[in-house]
Amino acid sequence: MREERSDMSEDEDGGGGVEQKERWGSSHGGGCCGSAKSRGGVWTDPPPPFSDQVLENVLENVLQFLVCRRDRNAASLVCRSWYRAEAQSRGELFIGNCYAVSPRRATDRFHRVRSVVLKGKPRFADFSLVPLGWGAHFSPWASAMAAAYPWLERICLKRMSIADDDLSLLAFSFPFFKDLTLICCDGFGTPGLAVIAEKCRHLRVLDLIEAYLEEEEEDEVVDWISKFPQTTTSLETLGFDCVDSAVNFEALEALVARSPALRQLRVNHHVTVDQLFRLMVRAPQLTHLGTGSFGPPAALAPQGDVMEHEADLVSAFAASSFAEITADELKPVIHHCHNLQKFWVLDTVRDEGLQAVAATCKDLRELRVFPLNATEDSEGFVSDVGLAAISEGCRRLRSILYFCQQMTNKAVITMSKNCQELVVFRLCIMGRHLPDHHTKEPMDEGFGAIVMNCKKLTRLAVSGLLTDKAFGYIGKYGKSIRTLSVAFAGDSDVGLRYVLEGCPKLQKLEIRDSPFGDPALLSGIHQYYNMRFLWMNSCKLSIRGCKDVAQRLPRLVVEVIRDRPEADEETVEKLYMYRSLAGPRNDAPPFVKIL
Amino acid sequence: MASGLRMEETELRLGLPGGGGGGEAEGVKNSGKRGFVEIVDLKLQLQTPVGVQEAAAEAAEKVRRSPNHDSIVSCGSDPEKPSPPKAQVVGWPPVRSFRKNILSVHSDKGRKEEGEKSSSLAALVKVSMDGAPYLRKVDLKTHRSYQELFMALQKMFSSFTTGDYGSQGMSGREFMNERKVKDVLHGSEYVPTYEDKDGDWMLVGDVPWEMFVASCKRLSIMKGSEAIGLAPRAMEKCKNKC
Repeated sequence: MREERSDMSEDEDGGGGVEQKERWGSSHGGGCCGSAKSRGGVWTDPPPPFSDQVLENVLENVLQFLVCRRDRNAASLVCRSWYRAEAQSRGELFIGNCYAVSPRRATDRFHRVRSVVLKGKPRFADFSLVPLGWGAHFSPWASAMAAAYPWLERICLKRMSIADDDLSLLAFSFPFFKDLTLICCDGFGTPGLAVIAEKCRHLRVLDLIEAYLEEEEEDEVVDWISKFPQTTTSLETLGFDCVDSAVNFEALEALVARSPALRQLRVNHHVTVDQLFRLMVRAPQLTHLGTGSFGPPAALAPQGDVMEHEADLVSAFAASSFAEITADELKPVIHHCHNLQKFWVLDTVRDEGLQAVAATCKDLRELRVFPLNATEDSEGFVSDVGLAAISEGCRRLRSILYFCQQMTNKAVITMSKNCQELVVFRLCIMGRHLPDHHTKEPMDEGFGAIVMNCKKLTRLAVSGLLTDKAFGYIGKYGKSIRTLSVAFAGDSDVGLRYVLEGCPKLQKLEIRDSPFGDPALLSGIHQYYNMRFLWMNSCKLSIRGCKDVAQRLPRLVVEVIRDRPEADEETVEKLYMYRSLAGPRNDAPPFVKIL
Repeated sequence: MASGLRMEETELRLGLPGGGGGGEAEGVKNSGKRGFVEIVDLKLQLQTPVGVQEAAAEAAEKVRRSPNHDSIVSCGSDPEKPSPPKAQVVGWPPVRSFRKNILSVHSDKGRKEEGEKSSSLAALVKVSMDGAPYLRKVDLKTHRSYQELFMALQKMFSSFTTGDYGSQGMSGREFMNERKVKDVLHGSEYVPTYEDKDGDWMLVGDVPWEMFVASCKRLSIMKGSEAIGLAPRAMEKCKNKC
């Protein structure tokens, strides 16, 4: 069962990417791995003797059962033979940072890739912290793959800049292409979609998740929905809720009617509720239905055959994360959802609504509560009460994202004790520097309890008033943490030090508006090659400190982003640094300085 | 605890003048005009009577604010609020633009699509008339056009007017004719004006009805002599706006 792609968070699966297996300047020595390295770092020895080849073939057949990339990475380090066998049998290529390795290097090593996952910009780009034109262009990857992987079937891109031409290249280069998933990408428009629809005759998945299509004038918009083959299609997933322009509804309806395999459909806000109903009638086999528009909540309520399958209820609520449902509207529906595992909702349901969820959804695994008003001063409709209720009722919770305006250490501590399965804990107290609502103390103890008690925690996002003490807890107990997001927190360099020195598994660290300076930055020198990236903006870094790091770690690309030309040269507004085998990139825009 | 390091000074802010950054520069699909219900909400908050405060609190709960910074800035100038709101910071809270835009698009769309039955919130505005001893309130939402509004106003203030209207000999039918009413009113003593969301006084009838309802904060039926100076400025502003 393929994992849900909706957020492509790696914390639910194995981490580690291609780059981890390459040597990082430290010798890994031993055995037949040796340290022989050609210029590109890829083994280019003469072909092995026949007996070894047989062994490798056998090995390939065995290794193909290894799916998790971490396992594969480990296998590739055993010896050269295993390295080759693994390279030949790897079917899915995961590149966590498109700049960590050159496309050529990847395609040189792995020859039989059927599926590629590629990630570009740092996550804070979602919050407008990365200026437009920063990079993460898909084009070089598209070209390399077009040449190397004619049997490519799946591409998933996250935060990449994609041009219509790239999509065209995909469509023409991969005759067996099946799945295209684009998450938070930009740069393309309806012409690109049209080519994909038209040329990819075996398309199963076309999923656009929060993509930013290029603005198009009315006459520029292409009727891409009509371009799908007129015969029965193999479409299983079609998601275009982020496409701003209206689609030809008749064509969409006809498409749905001739797509018997369609299970997941997400339409955009131009599709009215009535039209949505028509689609539902055409496709009673849908399990996931989402809409970019909202209407009276009644439309989301169970209707006829479609909702008889409880699985439908699981995903129909994906739509509700944009609909303003009150507790009273939610309660009669949620009452039936005993199997609900994933629930995304707006905070308009209030603590009361969450209490109802807690009372019924005993198997809930993932909860996301988004704010209706995403502003600091907004009222906030959910609080510590809702969080505590969820923790009492949903003991199997693995992942939570919770936006609120008031929180208490007590509630967070309660959750840490009740929800031992937590892998992802992201709490966003929207007002900056807000303390515990009752005690007025910092939120140190709450987050401390989370890292202490939730042994499986790999992803943490903190907020509220936090002192260095909180980071002390994270450094001391957060031994499995891979992703950490920090904003408006901490007192001094010590805080960041705690984390860099204490969290050995740290991969992704993103910090904003926190008082960490050069000494803190330098305290992580031992760690940066083990990490995918570090992002820091509006902290207390200076050019000197960053240069220092760059000098000491040659395989680290240290980017200083300055989007305000008048800012002084010394302070570093935005720092993005990442390990890379490819060296400094050649497509950096003028506002990026690579040290 | 020294978390009071105010990083805001060194922070990047994106935003329109007069406010803090409201969020993203690109991709912001802002209707530009605040929903009328929000105007009323702000208006109600400025009034001290307890009953009105409660109504305002209720109204605030039902109001669908669009997540842009305008409302924050206005609230900041409201003396009723205990503490001034913080200036908005780029990318905080960390909600993706897509989500923010969807919610603002939909709150607008919802208002347009659902029309009269959108919210149970009335669009009550104060109406003052020169010479009248006390103000009245009229619910703009219960009317669908300027004609209806003028009829309601006439009924409301008929007891206050001196013989002026009567002396003009206006029949009901004449009153129905908007243009004629304006002409009559222009020529006669009274001119209907309104204060819009920017705080400017405008002549009633220039903009489409929906836009008027959305931007009208209060009405004032002025004596013609006082309104004369108003008209050219109002016209000019209308030209710049529309």
